[in-house]
Amino acid sequence: MSDRSPVVNFPVLREPLLSEMSGPGRNGMLVPTPFDVSRCTDVDVPSLLPALPEVSEVETVRHFTRLSRLNFGIDQGMYPLGSCTMKYNPKIADEIASRLAPVHPCDRRAFSPVLKHLFTLKTCLQEICGMDGCCLWPAAGAHGELTGMLVIKEALSARGQTRTKVLVPDTAHGTNPSSCTIAGFTTASIPSGRDGFLLASDLKGFLDSDVAALMITNPNTLGIFEQEITEIARLLHENGSFLYMDGANMNALVGIARPGDMGVDCMHLNLHKTFGTPHGGGGPGSGPVLVKKELEPFLPRPRIVQDESGQVSLMGDCPESIGQVHSLLGNVAVLVRALVYILSLGGEGLKDATVRACLNANYLKNRLKKTFALPYATPTLHEFVLTDKNQKPQGVSTLDIAKALMEFGFHPPTVYFPLVVQGALMIEPTESEPVSELTRFADAMEAIALAAGKRPEDLHETPRGMPCGRVDEVWAARNLVLTWNDLNPS
Amino acid sequence: MPFLPTSDEDRRRLLEAIGIPGEEELFASIPAHARYRGTLKVEGPLDEHSLRSLFPMAASRVVFAGGGIYRHYIPSVVDAITSRQEFLTAYTPYQPEISQGTLQAMFEFQSMMASLTGMDASNASMYDGATSLAEAALMATRAKDLHRIVITRGTHPAYRGVLKTYFRNSQGVEVVEAPFDRETGQVDLPVLEKLVAEDAAFFIQQPNFFGVMEPLDAVSRFARKASFWGVVVSEAMSLGLLKPPGTYGCDVVAGEAQSLGNQANAGGPLLGFFCTRKEHLRRMPGRIVGLSRDNAGERAFCLTLATREQHIRREKATSNICSNQSLCALKAAVYLSSLGPRGLREVALQCASGAHALTDALKDLGIAPVFSAPVFNEFVVRMDERTRQRLEDTGIVPGIPIGEHYPEVPDGLLMTVTEMNTNEDIRCLIEALS
Repeated sequence: MSDRSPVVNFPVLREPLLSEMSGPGRNGMLVPTPFDVSRCTDVDVPSLLPALPEVSEVETVRHFTRLSRLNFGIDQGMYPLGSCTMKYNPKIADEIASRLAPVHPCDRRAFSPVLKHLFTLKTCLQEICGMDGCCLWPAAGAHGELTGMLVIKEALSARGQTRTKVLVPDTAHGTNPSSCTIAGFTTASIPSGRDGFLLASDLKGFLDSDVAALMITNPNTLGIFEQEITEIARLLHENGSFLYMDGANMNALVGIARPGDMGVDCMHLNLHKTFGTPHGGGGPGSGPVLVKKELEPFLPRPRIVQDESGQVSLMGDCPESIGQVHSLLGNVAVLVRALVYILSLGGEGLKDATVRACLNANYLKNRLKKTFALPYATPTLHEFVLTDKNQKPQGVSTLDIAKALMEFGFHPPTVYFPLVVQGALMIEPTESEPVSELTRFADAMEAIALAAGKRPEDLHETPRGMPCGRVDEVWAARNLVLTWNDLNPS
Repeated sequence: MPFLPTSDEDRRRLLEAIGIPGEEELFASIPAHARYRGTLKVEGPLDEHSLRSLFPMAASRVVFAGGGIYRHYIPSVVDAITSRQEFLTAYTPYQPEISQGTLQAMFEFQSMMASLTGMDASNASMYDGATSLAEAALMATRAKDLHRIVITRGTHPAYRGVLKTYFRNSQGVEVVEAPFDRETGQVDLPVLEKLVAEDAAFFIQQPNFFGVMEPLDAVSRFARKASFWGVVVSEAMSLGLLKPPGTYGCDVVAGEAQSLGNQANAGGPLLGFFCTRKEHLRRMPGRIVGLSRDNAGERAFCLTLATREQHIRREKATSNICSNQSLCALKAAVYLSSLGPRGLREVALQCASGAHALTDALKDLGIAPVFSAPVFNEFVVRMDERTRQRLEDTGIVPGIPIGEHYPEVPDGLLMTVTEMNTNEDIRCLIEALS
């Protein structure tokens, strides 16, 4: 698009692979050599060295620095990826987390202050969610879902019940049904109501003695608050079933509403979403699980406990626990970052962040619904879904809109999700965006809509000026080149 | 308020544009009975200076602890690169055109892990060693409808623990442990041979939790009787010294690669890895980056084999994993690029040599390893609780007590040496023990 604003300029370059840069004897890195290697006589050392590339330090630095410039991060500009909550990642949290670097978890004297902080985080999360117990160890949201569903299974088993079915609304993230399967349940998809939220009256028809739980995201992936949630909880409990809440969108509720107060029995949080920890190009995340009293005994071991004197320790002896879910204690440095985020804002500030996230989202929705189709008129909180319905007749799809946004220096929104909306564009600006950036985004979206009316074929060629053009995902899946050895088979 | 850029005036403008009188109206869709009207009892807001003073950290001066998490030397290049915000603050690379950096780096990570393990392919990381093993077991049992998982008791206790959690209450999959030989510390071969059969998936950790090297040559001779077998690695530095596990013909090599460029970080984040053979690719868990081409025919990278994944297959997905440990994998890639083949071999040799130096020094005090088989960089000795506490009080962490997990060795202590230790560390320990 000719009128794009040059906010982010990507270099157009093809960086060679490390294997293509490699040359024998290039690497000169010195490693510590405190010990005499001639003592090592009982190890049968193969003559062949590990098959790794040989590049110098300068080449390594330049290679990865160049690669970094082909990436887009939240520090470069708005990243309105719906449900993924790409908010600003505070630098102070990174700085403080880096202090953990040299501490081995079995260095008990060094580790005990860390444990105290983890206990504080657990207490904060319980307060924020209105829940009674918390396990910090799951390493990501999906890991938290699996843990939560195993906890529910164990609780049912302690009641002497085997219930095999979990209900999942059709707006759910793919991880929900997948986690249920791994936990050994079958899932049944239930349709969300006409207005984009689940109706208690619709749920009734699905309830029987085999239903272990309902797994619901609130607000859901349309950004709509599940308005009948308390009635839904009541029906489930009456049926002897549990209410599981996917907390992926908890950033719309912090300080405004608490899942525990709505009758939620078990939930997970995504600390890399709601509590601003960096997503690292795919992880590490963190997915703590929170439960009501009844489910607490079944949480993974070890548990963090505090005695009367205020001493915090790890308790491994939890006979009713589902067992361990992680090699150790989860993504500790991520947990510490989340705590720094929470303490930086405090109780009032956390609520204020929620208000501003919803304010930003509603401003954008209000403006963009004039140009793009809005499938649901129901009020939304922190995110909203538009579609390509108005642009489709002009030959322009959601994918074209997403790719064109890159030319304006934005990461595209989440596309083609939730599945219940055809050609969905799911937009979540978060509270981190200043008004100027929101306006710039809305301007870009409107410019794309305008271009769709005038020169639709132009949009099929987007994005231009990027490190590469549209990537052929079908070719990748057909040819499966997954390592550089596949390029030059020996 | 930090991190919140809208001013009061901005807020008024936004409200006006939306056409609502106040911010309370934003939440009108939440029924009154579901609203929270209190103020969250959370400390803060705290300024950066106050936050800094809340988090003092000081590691002990001498540390011989490992057991799945290792303190290795990390070149400054690693943090310089991986703290670049373009890598740090990006999401999962769903949009390949503006994620080529992450994608190519993950492709390189996959390439190097596949080479190190001697396998065809690697995914772009798992949560940690324990969940990586559990996913391998899920993949094996689901693909071939197996009802038994045989795992050596010398496998990391937490890995076995997580495996049992994943298969808890699952219909008809039994987890069976193969005992170790009390003399050598290696798996009891005759017992193992009886356990390994067609209805089972079989896993063995190399080197095992005691640091002992398992006789993989002998094991591989009958391992194929199982429908699926895998080698578990918890100290990836061993890959710099030992024959790649893939050369023994296993189906999967899965485990922990924190040792490659990732700090101990008080326990996490860790770096699970998962390598397998071509025939299993379509059942593999986790994100995979593939090479492709763009609309101009130029080389480009993207996520591939997405049809295995939860966002497409939902309840039929091969795994529920979504977020992984991408940044940790990037650290491993930069680390391996920095060290190269000779650097990695040198570090691995240093670890093994350090373990010998410490064993020899302890022998002079009459403290001998519990097991007789050769080790990589860890070994088990006997040490009573009181002595260990006394050492820790003087800033020496002599190792990790293992009695809780191995009643067979109630006073066992797992000692670990890496290139971060020195002869001076050993002298300090010996002096404190004398």
